[in-house]
Amino acid sequence: MRFRLFAHHTRPVLPRPLLLAASAAAFGLSLSVASCHADRDVTQPADYLAADPDEALSGGTTTLFDDTRNAFNHGLPGMSDAGRDQFATGNAFFRDAWVIAPASTTARDGLGPFFNATSCASCHQLDGRGRPPLPGEPGLTSMLVRLSVPGQNAHGGPAPDPTYGDQLANGGIPGVAAEGDVTITYTEEAGTYPDGTRYSLRRPAYALTNLAYGAAAGTAMLSPRVAPQMAGMGLLEAIPEATLVAGADPYDLNGDGISGRPNYVWDEGSAGRAIGRFGWKANQPTVRQQVAGAFSGDMGITSSLFPTENCTSPQLDCQRAPTGNTSAQEPYELQPIILQKVAYYSATLAVPGRRRWQDAAVVRGKQLFVRLNCSGCHWPKVQTGASALEPALSYQTIRPYTDLLLHDMGPALADNRPDFEATGQEWRTPPLWGIGLFQVVNRHTLYLHDGRARNLEEAVLWHGGEAQRARDAFTQLPAADRAAVIRFLNSL
Amino acid sequence: MLHTFRFSWPRVAATALLSVSALAFTACKDDDDDTTKPTDLTGAKQTAVATYASVASATYEDALSAARTLQTRIQAFVATPSPATLADARQAWKDARRPYGQTEAFRFYDGPIEEVEGLLNAWPLDENFIDYTSTQPTAGIINDVTTYPTLSKSLLVDLNENGGAVGGEKNISVGYHAIEFLLWGQDLSATGPGNRPYTDYLAGGTASNQARRGQYLLLCAELLVEHLEQVATEWRSTGAGTYRARLLAMPADSALQRILTGAGALGAGEMNERLQPALDTQDQEEEHSCFSDNTDQDVKLNQLGIRNVILGTYTRTDNSTVTGPSVLDAVRAADASAANTLATRLDAATAATQAIQAPFDQEILGVGSAGYNRVRAAVLACRAQSDQLVSAAAKLGFPLVFPN
Repeated sequence: MRFRLFAHHTRPVLPRPLLLAASAAAFGLSLSVASCHADRDVTQPADYLAADPDEALSGGTTTLFDDTRNAFNHGLPGMSDAGRDQFATGNAFFRDAWVIAPASTTARDGLGPFFNATSCASCHQLDGRGRPPLPGEPGLTSMLVRLSVPGQNAHGGPAPDPTYGDQLANGGIPGVAAEGDVTITYTEEAGTYPDGTRYSLRRPAYALTNLAYGAAAGTAMLSPRVAPQMAGMGLLEAIPEATLVAGADPYDLNGDGISGRPNYVWDEGSAGRAIGRFGWKANQPTVRQQVAGAFSGDMGITSSLFPTENCTSPQLDCQRAPTGNTSAQEPYELQPIILQKVAYYSATLAVPGRRRWQDAAVVRGKQLFVRLNCSGCHWPKVQTGASALEPALSYQTIRPYTDLLLHDMGPALADNRPDFEATGQEWRTPPLWGIGLFQVVNRHTLYLHDGRARNLEEAVLWHGGEAQRARDAFTQLPAADRAAVIRFLNSL
Repeated sequence: MLHTFRFSWPRVAATALLSVSALAFTACKDDDDDTTKPTDLTGAKQTAVATYASVASATYEDALSAARTLQTRIQAFVATPSPATLADARQAWKDARRPYGQTEAFRFYDGPIEEVEGLLNAWPLDENFIDYTSTQPTAGIINDVTTYPTLSKSLLVDLNENGGAVGGEKNISVGYHAIEFLLWGQDLSATGPGNRPYTDYLAGGTASNQARRGQYLLLCAELLVEHLEQVATEWRSTGAGTYRARLLAMPADSALQRILTGAGALGAGEMNERLQPALDTQDQEEEHSCFSDNTDQDVKLNQLGIRNVILGTYTRTDNSTVTGPSVLDAVRAADASAANTLATRLDAATAATQAIQAPFDQEILGVGSAGYNRVRAAVLACRAQSDQLVSAAAKLGFPLVFPN
């Protein structure tokens, strides 16, 4: 994090690996972790030593309290009639399946030729979190694998595989063979806490199988990603860019081992560079582009932002397949008005409020979360600015537990696939709001970008790189305190 | 349609159920007597739940019975394809939609319908996943003899669930709308419904694979009956293990919360999500019964289903009536003003949906047209009705939030 009080700690600019090594070497000495954040009120005693009266309001005044299976699928409370109209239409197109063109339902046809899913909701079930397949389940259903080869595309993004593009599609419409499948094999790796408690982490390995169009490039890089929960995207979009940039510390000038930095990505709408906010590597700048990107990449639905079907030159069946375009829809399968409404829907899904946040163990866990400097990346409290999408999202005090910045998470979590300015070891800090509800909504407790962690404790233990220090401090805690941290996380 | 709730419920002893039911039928008196309000309110809630169970059961029995009639007509049509037998089958489909449309008010909680709804009423339909379409003369399972040499119920269910070529994803191959497509065909007309010729089912007639098309249609009809039977069974008996027994054994507030969630979610969520997109897209086929142009009926029957739940009454297919102390009575026992507002909004929503004119795909055209405004009024009236259910639930003593 950017360091403001002690400027004399300024370090020489080193190449990143050296810088990290230097920072890591200094860890044992400088333990004044929380003091790095004197400018941020997460360090104020009143804010973390006790239960803050407002802290249950994760989404500010737009918070909705529902701890049932439907926790994630409510619109903002108190939405206007005009907002509810947009939400209703957006929800209909988010939830219902897209069909193969040509169909009578012309507004809803154009699925494929390649796709990973037939609806948004089939991966974002109940607007919640996807997962890798469970033992015995065939194929990926709420998870996908991105592909690229070394280099960059014209906009600085990943260079697609010449045959399979930038995402492996495990579905194809009749007459177009699906691109292939992904198999995951896990290796258990045993570990031990300093107190002697044993644990085991499962390390995944990914392989492409049943490839229908020949081999992928020998240099192809794979990035597996589960579908993230939807809640609060509009609030995250409304965080001022200046807030994110002010929180960045790309050269770790404050020496806390954390060197967050923004991703800068291509904004299709403005045809220029913009700060990235969404996706596991913050490779999408806006909710609208995230939505259009998913329509294109995951379902094969073209739109004004992504007007081309995902057929590479060797994929002739794909190129010949009928499209769902009609004149009424302009030249896209997704009417512009529908893109706008699905974006509105996605931006206005309410954040669930906290549960049991006043319990002593939860408060204790919160204290530790800050003391260990988990909060260095997972920012507990942020102010939103003006939202162009929905006034209710503006000027809210929210508790997203993210800085939306990129952090080197170490080699164990790395996908080794760069994405715009994100390196192969960097990931965006994911928001933690709602993570305690995945087990209720989606009936699983699989965390991290590829669902490898089988519970929150494993998720913490996988943290490396810039989070190594916080992770190690977690392992040093007595068992009761480790449990308190988990209790706190489950209350989010 | 993608909401699937799979709760597991503790088994409930039959004796406990009987005592609860007996209590329910004797406890409700004098709703307006303030001095005994707490007791009356509890009794009013319990009797309202019991009435709801009777209404739900009768509606599903009628849906099942109408589906059996539809199956019989389809058998007659496939055996002897003719304009007359096709017309009979089409009419039987419309008749079958009448009770089924009203059952949609029993969705959106953990009721038995959630297990099979995707096999009964899924929409939109992948037409060329099933059969030929205007530009795809050889498309569909019916015409793909190589991949699917033998048609069977389990194959169609499996394709609906697993999507065959589409890796774990759903394409819609069965249910009311699949049957609708097979009876009417694509709606290629700007003014009328689909016009599939009966000769699509006649050996040597139009299209190809006529016998397989007939077989597919028969299998869909058989599955429709089986899936409705599964739901009707859960509501039919109060025997241990049925959903009806579990609902009646719940604390009345828990049961009423489910009941109002179902009715409210249909009005504020589902009906809004069916009507508003048609207004927004101005797409003539952005309607649930697009092949038969029966969508105006879908809307009216959905609202009628909500009305049945609130008023605790259902007019059966044979015109007999199932009725009893209602949700509205329970609300009145809690707060007369909330009940009056609910009754007013119920009437307004019913009137607004009834005002929608057929065919729906003409009604929506032209932003600001008279038809557009009628549909728009129905959206707002159904929403206001659901909002009042939230207020009424608060008076009854529990929160209500609708899944979307």
